[in-house]
Amino acid sequence: MKFKIMVCIKQVPSSTEIKIDPVTNTLMREGAENIINPFDVYAIEEGVRIRERLADIPELETETVAVTMGPPQSEKILREAISLGADKAVLLSDRSFAGSDTLATSRVLSAAAKKISDVKIIICGKQSMDGDTGQVGPEVAQLLGFPFIGYVSEVRSLDNKKILLKQLKEKKYDIIEAQLPVVISVLKEINNPRIPGLKNMMKAKNASIETWGIKELMIDASKVGLDGSATRVVKIFKHEINSNTKMISSDLKAQIDEIYKEIFTYDKN
Amino acid sequence: MEIKVKENCTGCGLCLKVCLYEAIKIVNKRAVINENCIFCGACVDACRFRSIAITGPETKKYDFSDYKGIGVFIEISDGHINDSSLELMIKAKELAKELKTQVYAFIAAAGVNSYFQELCDYSADRIIYAETGEGKEINEDALKELLTSMISTIKPEIFIAGATSLGRSLMPAIACSLETGLTADCTELSIDADERILLQTRPTFGGNILATIITQNCRPQMATVRPHVFKKNRIEKSGIKDLKEKGRHFLSDFSDILKNLKTKLKLDESMEDFQEKINLNDFDVIVSGGRGVGGEKNFALLKELADILGGAIGASRAAVDSEWISYPHQIGQTGKTVNPKLYIACGISGAVQHLAGMQTADRIIAINKDPDAPIFKVADLGIVGDIFEVIPALVKKIKEEKS
Repeated sequence: MKFKIMVCIKQVPSSTEIKIDPVTNTLMREGAENIINPFDVYAIEEGVRIRERLADIPELETETVAVTMGPPQSEKILREAISLGADKAVLLSDRSFAGSDTLATSRVLSAAAKKISDVKIIICGKQSMDGDTGQVGPEVAQLLGFPFIGYVSEVRSLDNKKILLKQLKEKKYDIIEAQLPVVISVLKEINNPRIPGLKNMMKAKNASIETWGIKELMIDASKVGLDGSATRVVKIFKHEINSNTKMISSDLKAQIDEIYKEIFTYDKN
Repeated sequence: MEIKVKENCTGCGLCLKVCLYEAIKIVNKRAVINENCIFCGACVDACRFRSIAITGPETKKYDFSDYKGIGVFIEISDGHINDSSLELMIKAKELAKELKTQVYAFIAAAGVNSYFQELCDYSADRIIYAETGEGKEINEDALKELLTSMISTIKPEIFIAGATSLGRSLMPAIACSLETGLTADCTELSIDADERILLQTRPTFGGNILATIITQNCRPQMATVRPHVFKKNRIEKSGIKDLKEKGRHFLSDFSDILKNLKTKLKLDESMEDFQEKINLNDFDVIVSGGRGVGGEKNFALLKELADILGGAIGASRAAVDSEWISYPHQIGQTGKTVNPKLYIACGISGAVQHLAGMQTADRIIAINKDPDAPIFKVADLGIVGDIFEVIPALVKKIKEEKS
């Protein structure tokens, strides 16, 4: 029996620092390199650990597959995923994917899960560092008809039929049993990702990574990319930070009076 | 939709600088746009030669006249309606006035009718409900099916929920079933009344920029909203003592749907194994400490201040990583995002990741020794000083004034 674990990762800029061009007054991203979304590193590690934990179930063929949707250069993060222990990786890249919102992205990822076939667990990071939505996991689950369990802090136990998870809620943890297949999103506290070993680094360097586009995934171009997206960004602007800070640098008494005023005058409003 | 670079491009590279998505390269002295492009139009605005143009597909006119009203998901925890849901009821009423439409509350709970009066006080024009049965907690799997069928029957034009852990997990699944758009974690909602479009503004890139997003061609327009962004004003009692006065269309019962739902999830147990039970978003005041606090014991100082203000303790990642205080207190990109009325940052330098979690607070007071600490840039009041002098003196003054 085949048991595949799919890990969804995303390429993000290493810094989310944004500056304003003083001349044109427009937004500028600092020339930063692209990295694996930091939250996804925990997803990769958990995908590898789950495969390792299933190793003693006889006749179970397990495989951890890292998947990303992005431009051709995102191949780099897929190789990194292999160096972190993934068995193989697939790049989902096509000009018509450009401008996809979370719904369109989820259509591509769920089509990939179907093509990979025998996917029992899909793992995502909590959210991406650049978009911060955390929506792709639950949407992929919905499209595939799998249950979704978000904010997982521990995989208590699992076999080839079900999984027992510890899920962080607002003020408590729930222990949830789910029938496979499932989609989960994991928190930073779930594991400590390993450092790539030499063997895996070599494997990553030499791995051949397939690229799938709309043809391979058999999806309709009108369902992906900007045309297939339900939402559209109409304006992007810099967060107005308060530049009218009232600074008080000396005289403890004046400082205390000012804080007192700030706390209690405001309170009455 | 297409983006084109015209012949008159000089390859000056202005567009390169403004592109947040690394979608532009200069090849042979001309801008070339690649598939990273999300058509945000930043390059179009930046180009001094008007060389870049975005052409849209023919915009089809959709008929959304079936869709009416603003739906709000009412979240229940520990037998109460969440504050975030009540905040949304108030905001929904505001938006509804602009659209000249009604507000619908969507609720599923045990003993659901006990919440009707409060929803009525918060000016619900209609309640769409399901009784889950006494003592039973409905699981997420079932709840999303239930809400999906409620929404597809009632057809609100807008549907909003709090960006709580439940909201952020349920809403994407519902939006996906309904094949409509969803904007996560909004900090501002407004209306384009002519087009009946909800303008959804949210922080992105770690809170460094804001993006306004619309759902043009699908309904409902869905969004989750950060708790505490909108005010939970005190409300006027509706004065309606008997809900029957509202007429027979006021209540819509969907309890039957629950009977046939199968779920693949089973709740084994719930544990409250935090060292302290804390949800920072329950508090109006947060006193937060960073590296400058210097040690676990010194957090007692902050606690004293927080206690007299009825607030909670927050922390920067530096303080949590040093194990001075536990993770549920962490504020910032890898911790919680908070929107209190008052945020007092003590000995926090203000790394961009921390600012991402707190800069939407109403009022920010920062106390730090270093006059150049970035935290001062977001503060309303900046105190350059030693927290070990300032905080005890402040506590003393507050106590004196009180007595």
